[in-house]
Amino acid sequence: MDTLSFRAFSPPFDSSSFVEVLRASGRLPAALSLEVPAIGTLPHATTVLALRYEGGVVMAGDRQASEGYQVASRAISKVLPVDRSSCVAIAGAAGPALEMARLFRVEIEHYEKLEGVMLSTPGKANKLAQMVREALPMAMQGLVVVPLFAAYDPESRRGRIYKYDPAGGRYEEESYHANGSGGLFARNALKMLYREGLSRDEAVEAALRALYEAADEDLGTGGPDFVREIYPTVFTMDADGVREQTQDDVAAYYRAFVVGLRKKE
Amino acid sequence: MAALPFYVSPEQIMQDKAEYARKGIARGRSAVVLRVEEGILLAADNPSAGLHKISEVYDRIAFAGVGKYSEFENLRKAGIRHADLKGYTYSREDVTARSLANAYSQLLGTAFSQEMKPLEVEIVLAEVGYNGRSDEIYRVSYDGSIFDEPLFAAVGGKAEPLAALLKERLPEIPSLSRGVKLLKEAFAEISGATMPLSQIEAGLLERASTGRVFRRLGGDELAALSGGQP
Repeated sequence: MDTLSFRAFSPPFDSSSFVEVLRASGRLPAALSLEVPAIGTLPHATTVLALRYEGGVVMAGDRQASEGYQVASRAISKVLPVDRSSCVAIAGAAGPALEMARLFRVEIEHYEKLEGVMLSTPGKANKLAQMVREALPMAMQGLVVVPLFAAYDPESRRGRIYKYDPAGGRYEEESYHANGSGGLFARNALKMLYREGLSRDEAVEAALRALYEAADEDLGTGGPDFVREIYPTVFTMDADGVREQTQDDVAAYYRAFVVGLRKKE
Repeated sequence: MAALPFYVSPEQIMQDKAEYARKGIARGRSAVVLRVEEGILLAADNPSAGLHKISEVYDRIAFAGVGKYSEFENLRKAGIRHADLKGYTYSREDVTARSLANAYSQLLGTAFSQEMKPLEVEIVLAEVGYNGRSDEIYRVSYDGSIFDEPLFAAVGGKAEPLAALLKERLPEIPSLSRGVKLLKEAFAEISGATMPLSQIEAGLLERASTGRVFRRLGGDELAALSGGQP
């Protein structure tokens, strides 16, 4: 029966995947499925990181998008909440990366609504890997998108971190990871600051400190901007859900931190 | 001699179909969507913990369906696809209960007039208001007719006496806990049996919340709201 296949709503379909619905409707963004011509310099998102703490995970990112040696935006958000327990952070070509994050969010929500249960944490991480893999042709042209995925896993009651490579490889990290142009410096800082069993507050401070170090060494990464009052975005995920640190909290940390630095001189 | 073709008048066909659908819907159990101070309460008399009759559709929109499970479940999924596709293509604010209710109305209307067997379902779409936008409750019937309900919608099972009973006891918009108590009593009275809370599936579209505001009300929460009796 025609009507029971609900042609009036969307193409006949029996899947819980939103991406499949989108593809069938012909509206999947070209940037996520087809080859696109290489385009000179485009805005790139720079440093994002995640680290685990006791019973959760913190995810943070600076606010700058860079276009070559220029600042494309001073206040973009690279850490985006996906659902009640996870966030995705993006590094790489800002446009396609943000689009991927937005699509990923709807994909996860769509599954949850249709099935009545949330996808498992590894399930979400795999889904994101597939989306990165589909963007491979784009990556070959220079528009590399590399997300970082962090979630509180209610099954194992701990935070989990997944990193990706441009070919769709998915790797779980046990302690911390940082991505983007300043990723190396942030990772080095986290290597010093990380230990097992950090508290939530300690983890947030470590994340902010690592972002500061990345901004200090990397041109593309934005540091705390006291003049415009733009500070990194920080989210924590644990049994209490996804929480964003207020900009006031982050500002207070950096003010105190900078005072500490001056005293040393 | 060739057999004479039967002639059945269109009125008769429609009447038969309507009766068939009505009977199918009346065999099941009821669901009620009710405006409360805290938002919109959706509740269904549903002994199954796994097969849901109410569901989230979008940020501030929820769905309730009664009748044949397979049919309203398909409609629910189609609605979620429609909403997600629209919200992704345009913006999350552009998804409205009114446009969804219209789409459902078209779908059910077409099925009713063109198919041999009409869909034995009745569905309700509710959108909780904010920023001065008012609450909206739409009831869509098996033949595609659509009703804009000001206070509540009762569908399925003995929907008419249930609606009459609620109308009598609902002078104005109740609080959430009053609403839960009222529905529990009403379900019990209409079905003529005791109504344990475990048999009520309930959800709330929370007015004060942001983002995805639908949440299910679990057994403990329902017990607390209805004053302690399980």
